[in-house]
Amino acid sequence: MMTGRFFAGQGDRRVTIALLVLLAAAAIVPLLALALPADSALHMPPYIVALLGKYLCYALLALSLDLVWGFCGILSLGHGAFFALGGYSMGMYLMRQIGSRGVYGNPLLPDFMVFLNWKELPWYWYGFDQFWFAALMVLAVPGVLAFGFGWLAFRSRVTGVYLSIITQALTYALLLAFFRNDMGFGGNNGLTDFKDILGFNIQAQETRAALFSGSALMLAAGVFVTWRIVSSKYGKLMIAVRDAESRTRFLGWRAENVKLFAFTVSAIMAGIAGALYVPQVGIINPGEFEPGNSIEVVIWTAVGGRATIVGPIIGAVLVNTAKSWFTSALPELWLFALGGLFVLVTLFLPKGVIGLWEQWAQARLSRKARMADAAALPPATIVRVPSRSSGGSAGTTVEPQPAE
Amino acid sequence: MSRKSSILYLDGVSVSFDGFRAINNLSFVVDRGEMRAIIGPNGAGKTTMMDIVTGKTRPDEGEVFFNGDVDLTRHDEAEIATMGIGRKFQKPTVFESHTVEDNLVLSLKGRRAILPALFQRRTPDERRRIDEILGIVRLGDKRDALAASLSHGQKQWLEIGMLLAQDPKLLLVDEPVAGMTDAETEETARLLKDISATHSVVVVEHDMHFVRELGVRVTCLHEGSVLSEGSLDFVSADERVIEVYLGR
Amino acid sequence: MLSVLALLFALFSAFPLPANADESALRAIVAKFATAKGFPAIETVVRDLGATGDPEVEKVLGALSDGNLSVRKADSQLFIVSEKGAAITLLDPLTGEPAGQAEKSALSKVKVNNALRALIRDALGSLTLGAADPATRLAAAETMFRSPDPGAIATLDAAIAKEADPAVRAKLEQARAAAVLRSDMSEADKLAAIDLIALRGDREALSLLTAFEVQASGTLKDAAASAVAKIESSLALWSAGQNVWYGVSLASVLLLAAIGLAITFGVMGVINMAHGEMVMLGAYTTFVVQAVIENAAPGLSDWSLAFALPLAFLVSGAVGLAIERSIIRFLYGRPLETLLATWGVSLILQQAVRTIFGPTNRQVGNPSWMSGAFDIGQLSITWNRLWILVFALALFALLLFVINRTSWGLQMRAVTANRRMASSMGIRTPWVDALTFALGSGIAGIAGVALSQIDNVSPNLGQGYIIDSFMVVVFGGVGNLWGTLVGALSLGIVNKLLEPFAGAVLGKIVVLVLIILFIQKRPRGLFALKGRAVEA
Repeated sequence: MMTGRFFAGQGDRRVTIALLVLLAAAAIVPLLALALPADSALHMPPYIVALLGKYLCYALLALSLDLVWGFCGILSLGHGAFFALGGYSMGMYLMRQIGSRGVYGNPLLPDFMVFLNWKELPWYWYGFDQFWFAALMVLAVPGVLAFGFGWLAFRSRVTGVYLSIITQALTYALLLAFFRNDMGFGGNNGLTDFKDILGFNIQAQETRAALFSGSALMLAAGVFVTWRIVSSKYGKLMIAVRDAESRTRFLGWRAENVKLFAFTVSAIMAGIAGALYVPQVGIINPGEFEPGNSIEVVIWTAVGGRATIVGPIIGAVLVNTAKSWFTSALPELWLFALGGLFVLVTLFLPKGVIGLWEQWAQARLSRKARMADAAALPPATIVRVPSRSSGGSAGTTVEPQPAE
Repeated sequence: MSRKSSILYLDGVSVSFDGFRAINNLSFVVDRGEMRAIIGPNGAGKTTMMDIVTGKTRPDEGEVFFNGDVDLTRHDEAEIATMGIGRKFQKPTVFESHTVEDNLVLSLKGRRAILPALFQRRTPDERRRIDEILGIVRLGDKRDALAASLSHGQKQWLEIGMLLAQDPKLLLVDEPVAGMTDAETEETARLLKDISATHSVVVVEHDMHFVRELGVRVTCLHEGSVLSEGSLDFVSADERVIEVYLGR
Repeated sequence: MLSVLALLFALFSAFPLPANADESALRAIVAKFATAKGFPAIETVVRDLGATGDPEVEKVLGALSDGNLSVRKADSQLFIVSEKGAAITLLDPLTGEPAGQAEKSALSKVKVNNALRALIRDALGSLTLGAADPATRLAAAETMFRSPDPGAIATLDAAIAKEADPAVRAKLEQARAAAVLRSDMSEADKLAAIDLIALRGDREALSLLTAFEVQASGTLKDAAASAVAKIESSLALWSAGQNVWYGVSLASVLLLAAIGLAITFGVMGVINMAHGEMVMLGAYTTFVVQAVIENAAPGLSDWSLAFALPLAFLVSGAVGLAIERSIIRFLYGRPLETLLATWGVSLILQQAVRTIFGPTNRQVGNPSWMSGAFDIGQLSITWNRLWILVFALALFALLLFVINRTSWGLQMRAVTANRRMASSMGIRTPWVDALTFALGSGIAGIAGVALSQIDNVSPNLGQGYIIDSFMVVVFGGVGNLWGTLVGALSLGIVNKLLEPFAGAVLGKIVVLVLIILFIQKRPRGLFALKGRAVEA
């Protein structure tokens, strides 16, 4: 008999596999990139390393969205903002590392500030020459913003599409702000021309490999943390808030705090993703705040499968691979494909790739069960056929009950 | 009946929605340890009254007190729930994607702080309590089944189980036997009578057989205020009640 | 310089301005251009011409200012030249009649510089004081106000005495007052002049009085200072009024863009992310209609909007209906998924338009009755924005009528309030949904027609309005069309009032933040739907 536990077990199995794969990748990819000679078939050229690293950062971003959307029902259309803020924090550290190697040779001021005729470093750039400070900001800036925004929004019980719209407004406001040259973040050119990170040349093969490993390890950490959160009592509470928020209130739970915690943790994860992304692509600019970007993250999660932890990773990698392919082979068609993906996934693939996999696995199991039953019982017995699996982290078969 | 000895005290409560007076100068008191049945036609304000008591709706005027001294109009749903008022809804509202057991886990009386919930493990006491409740509501063998897979009647019982898990001082039960068979209705009546031995209960129902089985004081609401109050026989003999609700 | 001119004016104002001076005398002066060497000499000739008071000299002075006055080297004859390709036509300097042709090498241009041009401008200005057309006299008086000359006071007095048109006379009096301030007349006269100029109250008056105040003293200085203060505060009010007008104009744009969204969201609970693209399609429809008319029937171009409006409604409405029937219908009850699916549609529509029409901006012209501007006091109001405001209000009124007084509108409202109940009363909710969505999209298309008149038409047009439309809907609530109106008005005006202080970008950010804070108090907007059925 299919029970909730079985598929919860399935979910756990997937997570374990994902963790192993990521840890393995963290070790193997650098080997393939550094230890093998360039003409070997298995050699991984640096641009592939960077590309894969980028995909892993996107995967972490998609995972962070899954935490609040798949498990808690908050469709944030502004997660790109947290990603970008983490990215800018890292970018600011990298800018200060350039020192006097910039075009204008100013040891303290980045090029764009010299270009704008600024005489001194603005106060909010202080401290970013230290890595630990920048790392702290990567966690704090998205976290504090998410906490403040969430506190305001969830307390006043803004839900559903209203919430999604104001998250769009949030990222849009940040887009407008960061585009301004006088904000001191590089204006529409953003921050770029990085030289090194923690003393290592940012373009060097070894650094790229290390960044990839870092991304893989961070993603693994993200998977692990999300898994533990979701499996705890708090995780059950999150899902309860997602499905029947007011019921949780009537049981005495503060639903707004449940959401706030998830939202803040998710924003921090997104910030970390952004921070790892920037050194691998070499630039951060206000375009990352585009409302459209945040919506694209949603489709990564949806394609992979909401509320599955592993789904968003698969979705992010699949969609971005498709994007890379399209934009080089058939650029005119990419937006058609992406738009079509949105429509198709919402209409036909509500559970994403993982959902498809589960359906297939279940069909196989029920086929086996039917065959076993048929073998064990006399032929006249009618066998119960399991119906469609329902949603949530523990997808399972549901037996129809006798009608009332 | 004074406020001090009451578990629930409503006085002169009124609330309007967009000009429609849903509750109209309602005064109504339930003693500690009492079980009260509330009847009345649709739109009488029964569910709205529960909304007010549980903090979902704020009354425009009037006093609402819990346990003699707690002003319910000053608190929201979560606070009121932790203070000891539990509610079962008209339409069974359980957590469909969770198992029966998890539904009870979330309802169990206990700390409602978020961060500790991350690390909490189930204590043996809690395990025992859950087993006990599963026994009472006859869902022991459905422990690991998804709540979505339960029948309507079973969902009703699950919700009653959740209510029991909360262990509130006052239970508000809204139409517990809607859609149940006669046998199940009798079971439910027995269950509620058991519960009322140690808790205060307010039951809203349309099923007069069920109300008779409960054998308690009855209040009839109509158009937002109390029309008649007393034993079931007294209330059902009242001309006005017959006129608006029971029929001839 | 000017005193010489003044002297000459004084001399000639003793006599009434001649309607037509002796032509030969005129020619004699004009001929001097041929012999004048160096700018001072040319200036003298210009002044002499100006002194004649004869409007005939307009042509030659205008030609000189444009650099079209040349001397034929052979016989030192002066001509106005007109170049058409390689051939150069010679024109008589006074009559403008053709007088033969010449080669470029046979001519030498009479030189002109900017100082000379200014002098010519002033001379022309005062020349036209006696012109037949009141508009010309008005312009002349205005010029004299801006460059006041105390020597012209007598001339102006004479002109004022003769002037029949009250508007022109008022301007002449202002010009006189300006001249008085520069003159040596009595303090009482100057005080009176200050009052008169203060009454005029615009920027030119302000700069005049400020300049005067700087070099004045005593009572005159005080009088000027208080007049300046009065004008400044009055101008500040007008400026605020101008911003309010801009705000109202922006509000009408927001209203047009958002009202379709409010209707679909209210009735169906669906946020249509492709709404901006419906607007864009309407704008492109206008472009196509105009292009077709340009080719097929150019005379109808002023009517292009009349054709574009119903077409845009149909195009966007049809696309909306198609979207509803093929996608949204299957996502009923899942608003978040619908949001995502419609975002996908928006990407597809944008790319489709980009592929067909190209990614660059397309030109959509204003019909003649929508071009230009007019003034009310110190407010400048452009016709296109005014018409759009009128249009938006008319559309709003029409929608109010449809929703509140037709049976279809009744069905829509019923479904908005309580879908299940409406359905069980026999209202065919799927059809209401489909037609509502088509209506909302169609209105967006109409909005696109209007917006094409004031904005660039590109595939990204919709994206610029979608966030703003959201804000209007979120702020105004969906219970009621009035919510959309109030929401659009508030956001438009607040946005434009903030702009002078914070700049356009920062102003927008502030508005967004304010809305996020506002949502605290009213999570469902100003005019929210209430009742149990809505809680779901």
